[in-house]
Amino acid sequence: MRGIIAAGTHIPHYRLDRTEVAAFFGKGGGRGQRSVASYDEDTTTMGVAAARRALAATDLEPQALWFATASPAYLEKTNATAVHAALQLGPEVGALDFGGALRSGAGALRTALTAGVSTLVVAADQRGGLATSADEAAGGDGAAAVLIGDDTDGPVIAEYLGAGIATEEFLERWRLPGGDRSRAWEERFGEVTYGPLMSQAWEQALAATSLSADDIDKLIVTGTHGRAVARNAKRLGVRDEAMVDDLSGSVGNTGTAHPLLVLTSALEQASPGETIAVMTLADGVEVIVLRATDAIAAAASAMSTADQIASGTTVSYGTFLSWRGMVSVEPPNRPLPNRPSASAAHRRDDWKFGFVGSRDRSSGMIHLPPARVSEKGGAVDDMEPVPMADTVGTVVSFTIDKLVYSPSPPVVFAVVDFDGGGRAPLELADCGPDEIEVGMRVLPTFRRLFTADEIHNYFWKVAPVRGVR
Amino acid sequence: MGSHGIKDQVAIIGMGCTPFTEHWDKSLDDLIIDAAQLTYASAGIHQDDIDAFWFGTSQSAASGLAMGGPLKIHGKPITRVENYCTTGSEAMRAAAYAVASGAYDVVMALGAEKVKDGGYQGLNAFPIPTDGTQRTLTAAGMFSLILPAYAEKYGIDEDEIRYSVATIAEKNHFNGARNPLAQFRRETSAEQICQMAAVAGRLSVFDCAGVADGAAAVIMCRAEDAHKYTENALYVKALSFVAGTGAGSLDPDYDYTTLPECKWAADDAYAQAGVTSPRDEIAVAEVHDCFTPTELVLMEDLGFSDPGQAWRDVLDGAFRLDGRLPVNSDGGLKAFGHPVGASGLRMLYEIWLQLRGEAPEERRIADHGRKLGLVHNLGGYPGEMVSFVGIYGTELG
Repeated sequence: MRGIIAAGTHIPHYRLDRTEVAAFFGKGGGRGQRSVASYDEDTTTMGVAAARRALAATDLEPQALWFATASPAYLEKTNATAVHAALQLGPEVGALDFGGALRSGAGALRTALTAGVSTLVVAADQRGGLATSADEAAGGDGAAAVLIGDDTDGPVIAEYLGAGIATEEFLERWRLPGGDRSRAWEERFGEVTYGPLMSQAWEQALAATSLSADDIDKLIVTGTHGRAVARNAKRLGVRDEAMVDDLSGSVGNTGTAHPLLVLTSALEQASPGETIAVMTLADGVEVIVLRATDAIAAAASAMSTADQIASGTTVSYGTFLSWRGMVSVEPPNRPLPNRPSASAAHRRDDWKFGFVGSRDRSSGMIHLPPARVSEKGGAVDDMEPVPMADTVGTVVSFTIDKLVYSPSPPVVFAVVDFDGGGRAPLELADCGPDEIEVGMRVLPTFRRLFTADEIHNYFWKVAPVRGVR
Repeated sequence: MGSHGIKDQVAIIGMGCTPFTEHWDKSLDDLIIDAAQLTYASAGIHQDDIDAFWFGTSQSAASGLAMGGPLKIHGKPITRVENYCTTGSEAMRAAAYAVASGAYDVVMALGAEKVKDGGYQGLNAFPIPTDGTQRTLTAAGMFSLILPAYAEKYGIDEDEIRYSVATIAEKNHFNGARNPLAQFRRETSAEQICQMAAVAGRLSVFDCAGVADGAAAVIMCRAEDAHKYTENALYVKALSFVAGTGAGSLDPDYDYTTLPECKWAADDAYAQAGVTSPRDEIAVAEVHDCFTPTELVLMEDLGFSDPGQAWRDVLDGAFRLDGRLPVNSDGGLKAFGHPVGASGLRMLYEIWLQLRGEAPEERRIADHGRKLGLVHNLGGYPGEMVSFVGIYGTELG
């Protein structure tokens, strides 16, 4: 049996209330909220966050890592390798990007389910458009990670039953490389064109799984063409109560990540035996059909999608626009940071990307960053690596620095003492200057500190422990 | 093995200091030349009488050529020194040891910094290629960590501590207003400072050192030769230096209420000089008040106040010009300004003036019969710093 072994999502902490758009511009926006990646998040960091949640639920180390996004942090350079490094996977674990097209998330998931080694499929996206646009309001930011394997790898929580595929070339939505927005053809064209493709893939999937539409307990239909999804999904013949909320009111459409994100959310609420279908509209249609197993009852998420949705904080529309680079806000009058050195960073991949310190075997003292000579006792080259990324810490002192350069000042900064030993001075993420306090419990989170000379500087911050762990 | 010091082996025979200010009309070369000429005049000697030179600058130049070129020093050794904000003190320390070793008869240490050509306020670190994981805070942010930690350790209301450190700035501005070389010569009150907007933690810009261009220099010779140049030499009693390991950023035992490197340097300096009760033996102290909380905890680390009592001693006026131990009688980094490479020598310049009774009358310290002056100079941040302590006296023995 092949299927899903574990899954996790990352919904950024911040939300935009869509009514803020019309309040500002007199038009645009809508109702409900969309998720907003913080200024220090990108598709790579969000992918890391989702992947860490997925892997926290299993002992299995995947043999492959696939990363899909339509908003890659880098082109040419593989982004999956940063995710791979943050997850501290072994060098024999392949890491590939599925890049560019919105379909690549659903396609990577289906491909991993169909055959192969145990594979962690990570999809992330950051969606938006010009101010007041429908894409700005409908879009969302987020990531999902789904670990695929055989039951010989570990307990399968959702068995793969079959798939349906329809592929067709037509110009419905597109974006040139480097473009600041997507373009779309007239809405009716997409709605009419997707209809038959949805039927075709759906019938193929039902035939492949020997199921009827009535057998489907949960149906997820996602795609960036809202009308095609809403109108055509009703014609697929499933029961009304089987339609799964696509989180458009609370998260927005996370593009490449969305089918995996809504599927993971549905799995977190699924009962054993339920049949789940996921249909994705993107230049054709992808359908996969799964059935929850008895093992799903024992699967517990470190922090479920619903927990994350419930724990968000809203940001103003002005903050949203500045974080998206659509409005330039006056920075502190300080020099821009220097680009990190590739060779210096590579020598310390474990620290920079994995947040791995070292522990002196003789004194037990933990050193962050890792050291060769112990601060206590002076032992030389007698250290063992200590992964700290999952260790909770406590804020022992903090400050708010309004003078230092930051992509979004002020910097909230704390001295953090980690449970079980180890201290590091670190920046806070997802924490306003009024929220921090001595004694606050925090967890490491992989972030993009800044970008200098077209180099993204990734490292770890700490974020307040929120919701259920 | 041991730290023995060079007590009474080296004499200071001349000093000079330029105004510290935004010298838009002066280059680094100008500042070097001005400080050198003032110092030659002070010692009453010619440049050719000096055998070796040490040039301290943190970021304004890279080698001894930057001093030899403008001064046209021919055929002599010139060593560039850098050690964060202790650069000036370190240039002086190296020069003093060279005399004590017998290698040279007459030496000069000159510190200079041209910071105002950078285009940004504040000090900016020289870019060294790194892995990008280094802390991103300003120095103000790092030193602002002291206030809440100190308040919590000693159970004092943070508003009281905040007011206490504001009175340090008030004192240093008062002293600076009586110093024609100082960058800031206007008095201000602790109340006004407390009302200013915070820029880092609870610190306002008036809790931060002034950033200025400037230069200062010293000429030294063997103690037994001092009489050839002056009847009023100062004698080096102690030169102590400690570089930390950055332990405060690693070790959960560090609590941000003390600067251990400073305490260790002070203890070593007192041992070298034979000082057993600094409060009774030191007449005046120049300390590194880069931020107001720094001066607060230094009063304890240097032994001028008991642990947990400095905030109260400050409020009681213990370190004012008319207090029991005047600190930063020239205005300190706060009001005199902080041209990094020059600051350590500027501190020594004030000791030079005060112990010899040459400080302007309006800021001259009372004569308590004490014959020693102390310079404390640090570089870095709480938990990861370098620290210098020097002790100087008017008499041998």
